Amino acid sequence: MLQLRPILSTLRRHRTAALLIVVEIALTCAIVCNAVFLISNRIDRLHFGSGVAIDELVELGTRSIGNVDDAAPGTREDLAALRALPGVRAANVMSVIPYGNQVRVSGVSMVPDQPTPTISVAMYSGDAGLPALLGLKMVAGRDFNADEVVDQATADKDDNYRYAGVIITQAVAQRLFPDGDAVGKSIYIFGNTPLRIVGIVERLVSPDPEHANQTDLYSVILPVRPTFDNGTYVLRTDPTQRDTVLKAAVAALERVNPHRVAQEHGTFEDLRGDYYRTDLSMVWLLAGVCVALLVVTAFGIVGLASFWVQQRTKMIGTRRALGATRGQILRYFQTENLLLTTAGIALGMLGAFAINQWLMTQYELPRLPLVYLPLGALALWLLGQVAVLAPARRAAALAPAHAMRGLS
Amino acid sequence: MFLYYFDLALRSFRSARGLTALMVLTIAMGIGASMTTLTTFRALSGDPLPGRSANVLRVQLDAGLKATFTPGKEPDTQLTRFDAETLLREKHAARQAMMAGGGVNVEPAADAPGGLKPFEATARYTSADFFPMFQTPFLYGQAWNAADDGANAPVVVLSKAFNDKLFGGANSVGRNVHADGADLRVVGVLDDWQPVPYFFDLNVGRFRKTEGMFLPFGTALERKLGFNGSLSCWGDSATPHPRELNAPCSWIQYWVEADTPADRAAYLDYLTRYSAQQHAAGRFQRDPNPRLRDVMDWLSSQHVVPEDVRLQVWLAFGFLAVCLVNTVGLLLAKCLRRSPEIGVRRALGAPRRQIFAQFLVEAGTIGLAGGVLGLAFAAFGVWCVRQGSSSRAQWVHLDATALLITFALAIGASVLAGLLPAWKACEVSPASQLKSS
Repeated sequence: MLQLRPILSTLRRHRTAALLIVVEIALTCAIVCNAVFLISNRIDRLHFGSGVAIDELVELGTRSIGNVDDAAPGTREDLAALRALPGVRAANVMSVIPYGNQVRVSGVSMVPDQPTPTISVAMYSGDAGLPALLGLKMVAGRDFNADEVVDQATADKDDNYRYAGVIITQAVAQRLFPDGDAVGKSIYIFGNTPLRIVGIVERLVSPDPEHANQTDLYSVILPVRPTFDNGTYVLRTDPTQRDTVLKAAVAALERVNPHRVAQEHGTFEDLRGDYYRTDLSMVWLLAGVCVALLVVTAFGIVGLASFWVQQRTKMIGTRRALGATRGQILRYFQTENLLLTTAGIALGMLGAFAINQWLMTQYELPRLPLVYLPLGALALWLLGQVAVLAPARRAAALAPAHAMRGLS
Repeated sequence: MFLYYFDLALRSFRSARGLTALMVLTIAMGIGASMTTLTTFRALSGDPLPGRSANVLRVQLDAGLKATFTPGKEPDTQLTRFDAETLLREKHAARQAMMAGGGVNVEPAADAPGGLKPFEATARYTSADFFPMFQTPFLYGQAWNAADDGANAPVVVLSKAFNDKLFGGANSVGRNVHADGADLRVVGVLDDWQPVPYFFDLNVGRFRKTEGMFLPFGTALERKLGFNGSLSCWGDSATPHPRELNAPCSWIQYWVEADTPADRAAYLDYLTRYSAQQHAAGRFQRDPNPRLRDVMDWLSSQHVVPEDVRLQVWLAFGFLAVCLVNTVGLLLAKCLRRSPEIGVRRALGAPRRQIFAQFLVEAGTIGLAGGVLGLAFAAFGVWCVRQGSSSRAQWVHLDATALLITFALAIGASVLAGLLPAWKACEVSPASQLKSS
């Protein structure tokens, strides 16, 4: 095989240029490893499941002008009109919605008078049938019965109102009752009034998921019926009919009572898209920078390798005249590149970990998984070999006589 | 001499078109990326109250429960209604205002432009000093006064955009706005006024557009208008409603003006005394722990610049560093390739200093070209940022300062990149070069 000695001694004579390539590859390696890691983190967030039938739901809202004493009758009228619309499978009113711009958070305690709550949960409230409307999967217990649900106005009158029960997510159940017997137990959200768990749903994302982990699934549903003034109408329909249904629904609310202000409306899918827009643009930006970095580095390698080939024309000619084959010349430059890239990768890995350490102190970010190291190395080796191929082939193609004539 | 070097640089570019284009493109990409992210960062970390931000201070009091106290933790950023009303009444600062955000449903008059339907308008409920303290410019009319605050007067100040929407931009002072079932009389219309970030209430949107209506706090409470923003309660509340005077809930932003360091220290003293009094009276459970932050300090304590934006700046400058290392390598190759030419110039009497200068000018010229192209990239980058839907994107734009930074960065960076190659070039020994050619 090829001897490394001549390569190393040549590189020693071109120390500065060799060092520059090594530094460039190291920087690229360090940045790209971290950028790809950030991308995968963002993609995890983008794919975090909500538990609701996201592509079958639409939302719309309306508010009365001035203070209305009791909006409950109006809400019943609205719902009757909405349910009668063609294409609407189910309709209901709920307090806050996933990926909406409001969230209600409260601490959950295991015993009365607990000094600090065990966890904090996002609170949803709605009528019986809400889990079915949203497409939630009930894994234990049951939904509320119609007679367990109270009007918002009734609940608001008493801060320590004794609700008939609460539905929690599996994430909450596993956190609070690891033994798996949550149904029937009581938790405390409002002071010392116990709340009996009647059902567990597999998954319901909080309105503002942030970490893409279990804490984003800490949600509960209270048996409270909001009115149109403090809630949002949610309709379930066929994915292909969402726009038609929305348009008809807005018109229906206007027909029931035109003396109101229409709120923004849209599909759950669009809400989710808007919610994650900045993450998505960050993914594209990071990917763009990675590609740009790799391209710039590749061109740097091409530029310097071309220069070296030109500079070493005489040497190549001599070696060819002494019997070296084209393949040997080709492999000489390829090996040289491999050495430089390897040095760059080694340095770059250290840099990648240093940057990751720093990022961990600044942002909520886990440690860089070790799998990034071989993958990053492989990518850069490949990049180096592809970049050096053209200059190396040009070197191999030099005719010995031509090169010896000293046209450098 | 400089012009001669410039001419030499252009000649050398012509003889190595591909390599030169590659260097210019590399620098331009690095500069374009850095300037795009830097411009975004500058737009979001700017001073929303230029010239006054050091004198306008946010008040924080620690009114929470003893049981949930964590040493070293920042006190609540908002005040309870009781504390805000007391501080406002005691009037210890040059100017002071309490405020909260809200939403009001507006029914336009029948003659409103474009047959406007009823709509929800954003509002700010505050007190009279809001306007002089934040030096809001007025297009028509003026602010209300402290007497209006006391009387819960049905008055309103409109933003320019809101006045355009509802009254077609006419002078609406004296006219009525029908809001949530009752009239409010317009006393003033603001001129263009857009604090970025929306510093005085970050909970209603950090980079939002100025709210449409401004009305006295008491008027909003009396009419039970809708409130927006963050509300946090503690203890088991015996009171029926969190916006009641004595509810243990913080939801009001409080700002004061102190024009000298002495005034500022005196006000902080007052807050400490006030906290001690409340502690003695049994209202506050925790020891006095007030905060008084000026606008920029407040914004940094609230980490108002999104983390992503900071990360993007680092990333872009990392990319620029790689571009620079790349340029150093290419410049070096280009210089050494011209060793024979350098040998001849040195033999003809050019001192090392001149060779050095010649190559630095060449690097600077590449930087200049890279800067021009980089500016075009940055303009495109900023355009892309503005296409984003987030509310902060709308305030990002290239300005004269950005232009200056771009060229300083481009030329500075490329001259820096040129130092090493220029040094190598002037080390070329004339004798060996002449011999070998």
